[in-house]
Order: sequence, then structure tokens, then C-alpha cells
Amino acid sequence: MPPDKPSPSRPLSSNSLWRMRSYLRPYVPRLVLIWLAAVAGIAASIALPLLIEQVVDGPVLHHEQGALLPLGLLALGVGAAEALLIFLRRWSQVGPVLGLETAIRDDLYEHLQRLPMGFHGEWQSGQLLSRATTDLSTIRRFLGFGMLFLVMNLIQLVTVTALLLHKHWPLGLLVAASAVPIALISLRFEKRYMRISRKVQDEQGDLATFVEESAIGVRTVKAFGRRHHVYDRYDDAALTVYSSSMDKVRLSARFFAFLEVIPNATLALVLLLGALAVGAGSLTLGTLVAFTTLMLQLVWPIASLGWILAMAQEAGTSADRVMEVMDTVPAISGGTTVLSEPRGHLRFEGVEFRFPGADRPVLRDVWLEVRPGETVAVVGATGSGKTTLTALVPRLLDPTAGRVTIDGHDVRDLTLPCLRSVVATAFEEPTLFSMSVRENLTLGRPDATDEEVEAAIRTAQAMFVHDLPWGLDTRIGEQGLSLSGGQRQRLALARAVLTRPRVLVLDDTLSALDVETEALVEEALRQVLRDATGIVVAHRASTVLLADRVALLRDGTITHVGRHHELLARVPEYRELLAQDADLDPSEGALR
Amino acid sequence: MTAAAPGTQTPDKPAADWRGVASEERDDLTEKVSMLLRERSRRLLGDLLRPYRRAIALLTGVIVVSNAAGLAIPYLVKVGIDAGIPPMLRGGGSGTLVTVVGVILAAALTQALTRQAFLRLSGRIGQSMLLELRRRVFDHFQRLSLSFHEKYTSGRVISRLTSDIEAIAELLQSGFDGLVTAVLTMFGTAALLLVLDVHLGLVALVPLPLLLLFTGWFRRRSAIVYRRTRETVALVIVHFVESMTGVRAVQAFRREPRNQEIFRGLNQDYREANASGMRLIAVFMPGIKLIGNITVGGVLLYGGWLALHGEVTVGVLAAFLLYLRQFYEPMQEISQFYNTLQSAGAALEKLSGVLEEEPSVPEPREPRPLPEPQGRVVFEGVRFAYVEEMPILPGLDLTIPAGQSVALVGATGAGKTTLAKLIARFYDPTAGRVLLDGVDLRDLDESTLRRAVVMVTQENFLFSGTVADNIRFGRPDASDREVREAAQAIGAHDFVTALPDGYDTEVGKRGGRMSAGQRQLVAFARAFLADPAVLILDEATSSLDVPSERLVQRALRTILADRTALIIAHRLSTVEIADRVLVMERGEIVEDGPPDRLIAASGRFAGLHRAWLESLS
Repeated sequence: MPPDKPSPSRPLSSNSLWRMRSYLRPYVPRLVLIWLAAVAGIAASIALPLLIEQVVDGPVLHHEQGALLPLGLLALGVGAAEALLIFLRRWSQVGPVLGLETAIRDDLYEHLQRLPMGFHGEWQSGQLLSRATTDLSTIRRFLGFGMLFLVMNLIQLVTVTALLLHKHWPLGLLVAASAVPIALISLRFEKRYMRISRKVQDEQGDLATFVEESAIGVRTVKAFGRRHHVYDRYDDAALTVYSSSMDKVRLSARFFAFLEVIPNATLALVLLLGALAVGAGSLTLGTLVAFTTLMLQLVWPIASLGWILAMAQEAGTSADRVMEVMDTVPAISGGTTVLSEPRGHLRFEGVEFRFPGADRPVLRDVWLEVRPGETVAVVGATGSGKTTLTALVPRLLDPTAGRVTIDGHDVRDLTLPCLRSVVATAFEEPTLFSMSVRENLTLGRPDATDEEVEAAIRTAQAMFVHDLPWGLDTRIGEQGLSLSGGQRQRLALARAVLTRPRVLVLDDTLSALDVETEALVEEALRQVLRDATGIVVAHRASTVLLADRVALLRDGTITHVGRHHELLARVPEYRELLAQDADLDPSEGALR
Repeated sequence: MTAAAPGTQTPDKPAADWRGVASEERDDLTEKVSMLLRERSRRLLGDLLRPYRRAIALLTGVIVVSNAAGLAIPYLVKVGIDAGIPPMLRGGGSGTLVTVVGVILAAALTQALTRQAFLRLSGRIGQSMLLELRRRVFDHFQRLSLSFHEKYTSGRVISRLTSDIEAIAELLQSGFDGLVTAVLTMFGTAALLLVLDVHLGLVALVPLPLLLLFTGWFRRRSAIVYRRTRETVALVIVHFVESMTGVRAVQAFRREPRNQEIFRGLNQDYREANASGMRLIAVFMPGIKLIGNITVGGVLLYGGWLALHGEVTVGVLAAFLLYLRQFYEPMQEISQFYNTLQSAGAALEKLSGVLEEEPSVPEPREPRPLPEPQGRVVFEGVRFAYVEEMPILPGLDLTIPAGQSVALVGATGAGKTTLAKLIARFYDPTAGRVLLDGVDLRDLDESTLRRAVVMVTQENFLFSGTVADNIRFGRPDASDREVREAAQAIGAHDFVTALPDGYDTEVGKRGGRMSAGQRQLVAFARAFLADPAVLILDEATSSLDVPSERLVQRALRTILADRTALIIAHRLSTVEIADRVLVMERGEIVEDGPPDRLIAASGRFAGLHRAWLESLS
């Protein structure tokens, strides 16, 4: 199974929904109004048939022409009042119901943005998306309508049952007893339905993951002509959803049929026993008629009860899924210290990092000092932990042992906004967002002036932006799909430079640039790095030359620190990493 | 985010352009266009329902029986009381009563069984349709050309395949059953009313035109409102997915507050769209109730007056009023499901639009076979332009003999990638043609072409699954040994075996647990396993460190030996292994020759090479 299953073993807690009540707090007066309107509405809807009965049994039957008009008009008035009350209830519901949904979605999004990279590495965004959309809509529908109907139905059930008991208690008791199997089966159904709907929801999340991958990786799929392969994977997941949904259909079909057969069978029984009672003289025919008529009013509330309970279950499942994310405590949260005048003195002190569950650390016992204004290049083989090392500085990850300090402060003591304005990173794989070039560039510093933006563009040799159809206002597609890799890297570099950070981290940012452009960018970067502390992950000698010193990362720890030429002369591993083919004959090179 | 935003690359379309996905971002649709869109959705729906024609006929029978059995029960109870009890009281047998009770039980059982059958059958039809729709849309998206995807963006693809499909699922799950029952009850009741008393029945149906007008108004309004709802939710989804996908950059650049602001805005728009939908229902539902209640009141007064004058019996009036209330109840139900119906309708409209899009790189009607591709690539007067006035390739003639390795060199924007994409047929030339072994690429079907031509880009997309799965993506039927050999040939074997589970290591979300260089090696092994006649490497080695690149380059000498290759690389070390170098400038080839000769000459390549040598020092 490819997609990551977010801890399915987590026990289901049915109180997740209850925990969401605080979102309704601002709407308490409105909710009172809604409930009043609902109850008054029920009263009106019960009163109307009674009034009609009055008219038919009274004036019409007894030929009292005078009473027809006032009673008839009263019936009209009650009918109009019922409609008005429904309007009032529905209209007032809009605010709280949507307010709740919108607020939870906002909070969920905010929470997700705070959760660290560790979390996002584990969770497919398809799973997150289905929580933010489908699940929240399910909750909204239940809290908005289902819950109200549930309570209204229960009121009706209780009232009618009480009336039945009042009319003839033995038969009334029979009717009340018929509720027992319904309640028992409903409970069992609830449990199974909950399990299966959670399964369907999770499987839909998996399906969404395939959709997402196929949409984002469409180039790769096309390049290899693997349409059928991708389709088959998707189809398997779609079939799984299909078969689980069919299980759900079968389960609820059985349940709903059962829910309807019980009241009807009870009705037949009441008729039979009622007739016997009439025969025995303990019941009048008129009461039996009234009794059965009332009983017929129970069928619909009971039948719809199942539907509403199913809805409640689904909402409960959805609430669990949402709360599962909300309950994840951000492993990385800011401290309280704010550096007023950061100098950018960066130190790694005995840093270790291991991914959760991994038996080997990615980094171990890393000691490195980068003084203000100094630039250190980090060189190491593929997979030696360079990117992890750089991610520790802006706290995209936290070390599992040791610490990283800036100007003597543990980065964990700094507030995140402070830390992340001191440190800026240009990633090798730049993420561009669906917005204008300008917005993408000013991501870290929205208040940058046009001159500053222009300077950053020049530093990164990203002048091509002026040739785009709308210049800086051109919206670059999602993921910057319409730009080349080199162009995207230069934008990412310009973005990092624009924040004027004290600590600039360049994670192999120049890899996709052509030689001429790279030379120009490096020239300009030298100026920027003169004023900032720099960490440069490099694969090429040309990039290494940006740095004052070089740290060689090997097997997760720093084995050598020194100047480029020194290391080149002294350390064979370093030579192997950085010397180009031009200097080394591959057939006799010092290869592994 | 809307069509009106500055910088949106979609220029205004003429009003008549509604075909395909063009109508998605327009909300000023004319009546005629909306009708055409509805027609298109109906066609798709009909198409999806066609295989189930028989099952639907059966379903109709089942639901009629179920409803008849359900409606018969109250009537049977009356019969039991009126005809079954009096004989008993007179001391006669209880035979009639027992029979009636037996019939009631039988009716209840019939209703339960037919209802279960109905729910299962309709559920199966619904789920099968859903599956078919999922398959069709997914497959169609995969068929559509890259140029479509670049414009349409993956967020919208995702939203079509998730929330739109779910809207239809929602209708099938909750709406369908209630809707059918409601409609049947309504017609049944109307017939009953007329049978009971034609005169009173006609009076009771007087408000019907008003009802129809009101419903018509509601339908029109809600069509607009729910369209808006779906649009706003799509924007929420796009933003959500994008910020979760790019969360690293979001956090590193403290983008959270601004993102939150944008999200709040989009979420608010969605809320308002939803609110207008709910308010619309808040007006419509009580409106129907009002019409219903007033009719009941009117019939009560008029019928009462008639009864007083002996023109109808009291019994008929009582029954009439009872049924009249039943006539308006289902209307409420229908409107309950109306929004579900509307969202499903809007979703269907968009999905049918997607299905209508034609791949701009279409499959040939009569594909030419290419049994053993050799890899001879010829460009004949090829012109290519994204925008007509600014051709990327103004007119290119080029012949690459089978087996030759060609390096493309030139500044960014010189047209190198475009040339590569034309060979991979991600695009078709605006004019001229590209030939593989003498066959126009447009005459090759997709599987033939992809077996012959593979392109590795700097975007090394890894799918969820294991490392082996990802390598095997190049040739799904490859054995474990072949996967391993491919990794060995590329020099990826060492790092893969060092991973916690070796080849069975899960790569994590989009390969997030691997470094860029490692991902590139996997992508490389994948291409090697595919074993194409023509291999295109577009900046494919840029993220590799020197030792890895050296490994790859050594492997490349073997890999490229017996196949045509087109290498785009900024690192001239990669270029040196090529048989031939093409220097491009503004879409034209300005230098062409073996690397040694070009270095020895004094052209641009010689200059580049010198600069590169200097950069290594």
C-alpha cells in the first residue's frame, strides 16, 4: 500500500463532535432563537391538523355555519405562522452553521501551516484536503440540519408515544416495546456503519492521493508513456472505494428496510390485539381508530431516525478525522527571544538528527562555527545529510540532540518569525506559488520597494521576468510550471536575497543554471555574502569558491574544515568529490 | 485567481466560446449557452445510464411496488377496523380481521423487501456509474496533452476528480432515493385527489401554476448560486493544496500570515456563496409550505361551505384534507435535495467539459507501426511558437543519425528544451514535421512513441511507493533483477542498498525522504530500464554531485553507445561525451560539429568551454 496511512489504529472518540461546540459559542443567542422557532414550528404543525379536525367535526358536522369562517381563518393563520417560523429558523441558521464550518476550516489551515515538515512529510496532502473540505461539509450538514431534525423527531416520538400510553396503556406499552429492537439494532448498525464509513473516507483520501500524484507528476507520466500504468493504480484504488461503498450500501439497505418493517408489523399487531380488546369491551372503536391514526404518525419519524443517525455517525467520523489533525501538537514551536540586532553568528553544537523510527542518524556530532559575515560551503556526497543540515537552521527540522545557536541563542529559544527573518533559504527545488512574479519574490518581505526587488532580480540574473507578458505582474502557473528549472531557481534565489537575511542558506541553488549565468550570479552573490553569514551547499568547485571555508560532510558528520585549496591538496575524499573529470581520468580516478 | 486578475494568461474569450473547459471561469453565461451546457451534461448522464437501462426499468417496478405496499397499509388498517371488527362484535368469526392483519403483514414485508432491493439496486447502479465516471475522467486527463495541463493546472484537475465527483456521489447516495419516492408520492396523491372529488380536486390544484412559477424561479436562482459555490470551493482547494505542497517555502519565508489572509478571504467567499444558497432555500421551503397551507385553508373553507350545503360528504372532505397535506410535503423533500442536485449538475457540467477537451497532441487515426525503432531523428522545416508573434523555433532543419549522441548548448531561452519536447511529442510543431525513422511522429500511437523515445527532465517526480516501484515505472514488467541491474548501471545501487529497506524503502511523499541527487539517480535508472531508442536528457544531471555525475557519465558512455541521445546540459563535462554539439541561439543552430573540433575552433562553444575550464580551478 503506497499512501501513508495516518495512524488508523487511533481509537475513535465520539466526543470529537462535542469538542467542536466552542465554535458555536458566539452564536448562542441566535441558536436560542433557532430552537424557539423550531419548537414553535412543531407546535404549529401539530396544531394545524387538530384545527382541521375541529372544523370538520364541529361546524361542518353540526351545521354551524357561523363557526366555519373564524375557525377556517384561524387555520389559515396558523398555516401562515408555520411557514414564517420555518423561514425564521432556516434564515437564522445560515450564520451559525456556516460560521462554524468556516472558522474550523480557517483554524485547520492555520494549524497545518504551523505543523513542521516532519508532519507534512508523513501526511499526503490529499488526506489533509479531504479533511478540510468533505469532512467539514459533513459536519456542517449534521450540525445544521441533522441535529435539529434528530431532536425534533425525538420530541415528536416522545409526544406521540405519551399520547398513545394515555389513550390505552397496554397497547401503548406494546408500541413503546417495539422501540426496543429498533434501538438495539440501531446501536449495532451505528457501530458497523461508523467503521465502514471511516474506511470509505480513508480510501477516498488514498484515491485523492493518486489523483494528486497523477496531476502533479503528469510530465513524468507522459515522458514514459505510463498512462496505463498510472491508470491501473488509480483504478485499483477506485475499485476499492467501489467495493467498500457497496458494503455500505448493502448495510444501510438492510437497516432501512428493517426500520420500516417494525412499525408496520407493530401496527398489524395493535390492530389484532385492539380488535380483541374492543371485543372484550375494554376499548371503544373510536379510540382504536384514533390510536392507529396516531401510530401512523410514528412511522416517518422512526424511519428517518435511521437516516439521521447515519448522518450523525458520518459527522462523528469526520469530526474524529479533523480532530486527529488538530490534536497533533506542532513539534516545532517558537521560543520567546527576539534578536534586536542579529549579527548572524551561527554555531552547530554536537548536533544529531535522526528521522523518527530510523535506526541510523542522518547527522551525528556535528560541530561547526560560522562567524558573522563568513561563508562556509558544505560539501558531501549525495545523501550525506547536507540538506538536513541546512534545514536545521530555520528550524524546518529540529535536531534530536545538540543544538544550533545564532549569536549564542539556541534557535529553539527564538520566536519563529524572528528566526525565519534572520535566516533565508534558497532551495534547490524552488516552490513557486500561483501568484504574480512580484508576490513570489516578495514572499519573505512583502514591503520591499521596487528598487530592492530590481536589485534582487539583478543579483539572481533573473532579468527574464521583464520579458514575461505582464512583466512582474505575470502570474506564474502553479508550481511555476511554465518556467524552466533554471528560471525557477533564479527566482527562488532572488526571493532569498530580497529578504536581506543575516544568515543566507543556499541549498545547491545554482545547479540548473548554465555556466555563463552561474558565473554572473556568483559574481553578484559575492557582494551579498560579504554582508551576511552564508551556508552554501555545493557540488561544484565554482560554487565552493563563494565560501571562505569549506566543511566536508561524510557519513553524517563533519570530518574536515578548511580552505578549498588546502582540502583539495590534503584530503583525497574531498578531491574525489570536487575535482572534475578534466583533472581526473575517470578510468584511474579514486572512485569507490 | 479569477479571469479578471491581471496577469492571468488566459485572454478574454469570445462569448460564444463555451466548449470544453472554457465555460468554467465564466459566470456571465447567456441563456443559450447555459442550455447547451445543460444539454452536454444530459448527454453525459444519458451515456452513463445507458448500460443500466434494464436495471432502471426493474428499479422503477420495484419502487412502484414498494410505494404501493407502503401506501396500502393505512388503507388496510381502515378496512380492518371498518370490516373486520363489526362481525366480531356481532359474535361472528374473526376470519376477516385475521385475513386483513395477514395482508398487512404481507404488505409490510413486501415493502421492506422491495425497499431493500431498491436501495441495493439503486446503490449498485449509482456506485457503478461513479466508478465509470472516475475512470473516464481520470483516463481523459491523462490523455490530454501537456499544454492543456500547463494551462489548466493540477489543482483544478484534483478538484474535478475529488470534490466534483463527490458532489455526484452525494446525490446518488442521499438524494436519489428520497427524490424518487417524493415524486411518486406527489403524482399518486394528485391522482387520488382528482378521484376523490373532481370539483374540489381542481380547486386544490389552482395554486399549481404559482407553485410551478416559484419552483422555476428557485431553479434559475439556485443554478447561479450553486455554480458560484462550486467555483469558490475550487479556489479554496487550489490554495489549500498549493500551500500544503509548498509548505517548506511557506514556513521558511514566514508566508503563513499572508497565506492565512488569502485563505481566510477565499474561505469567506465560499462561505458567502454557501450562505446565498442556504438563504435561497430558507425562502423557498417556507414559501412552498405557505402555498400548501393556504391551499389547505382555502379548501377547508370552500369544502366546508360545500359540505354545509350537502355538495360533498364529510368523509370525502376529511380524506381530501388529509391527502392534500401529503401533496405538498414531497415538494419540501425535493427542494431539500435540490442543492445536492444542483451541485451535482454543476459538477457534471464541468466534468462533461473536461471530457469534451481534445488532446492537442492527438493520437493518429491510423497509426504506423515501428517494429524496431532505430532512432534516426529528422526535423523538417520545423517552426514552433507558443504565441504566434514570438516563435521559439522559427524554422529548423536537422538530421540526427541513429545512434548519435547530440549535446545541445546555449543560453536559457534559446529553444533547447522546446526542441527536446518536440522530439518527445509533448507538443506538435506549428509547421513542418518531426520524423522518427522516416515516420512523422504524428503517425505513431502513444505506446509506440514512448517505447522509442523517453525524456528525463530535471523534475524527478517520484510516486508514492518503494524505490523499486519507482525504477520499475520505466518498464512495469521488469523483474527485480532487471531493476537492480538498471540501478547498478546508473550507479544508484550503492545508495539504494544503504537505505533502511534497500529497494523496498518507501520513498515518502513525492520522494521527500531522499535528496535531490538521489531522486535524480532513481529517475535515471528508471529511464535506463525503459531502454528507449532515443533518450532525451534535459538537465538531467544538474543535481548530481561530482562523484555521482562521474558515475553516471561513465554509465552514460555505455548507455548512449547504441542509442540516439539528445543531451541538454549546462555542465560541459556532460557535453564532452557527445558525438556532436549543437550550439543554439534564438531558436537557430549556430554551431554544429564534434566537440573537439568546436573547441579547437574559435566560436561560441570554444568560448563557453574556456569559461567553464576557468570556473573549475
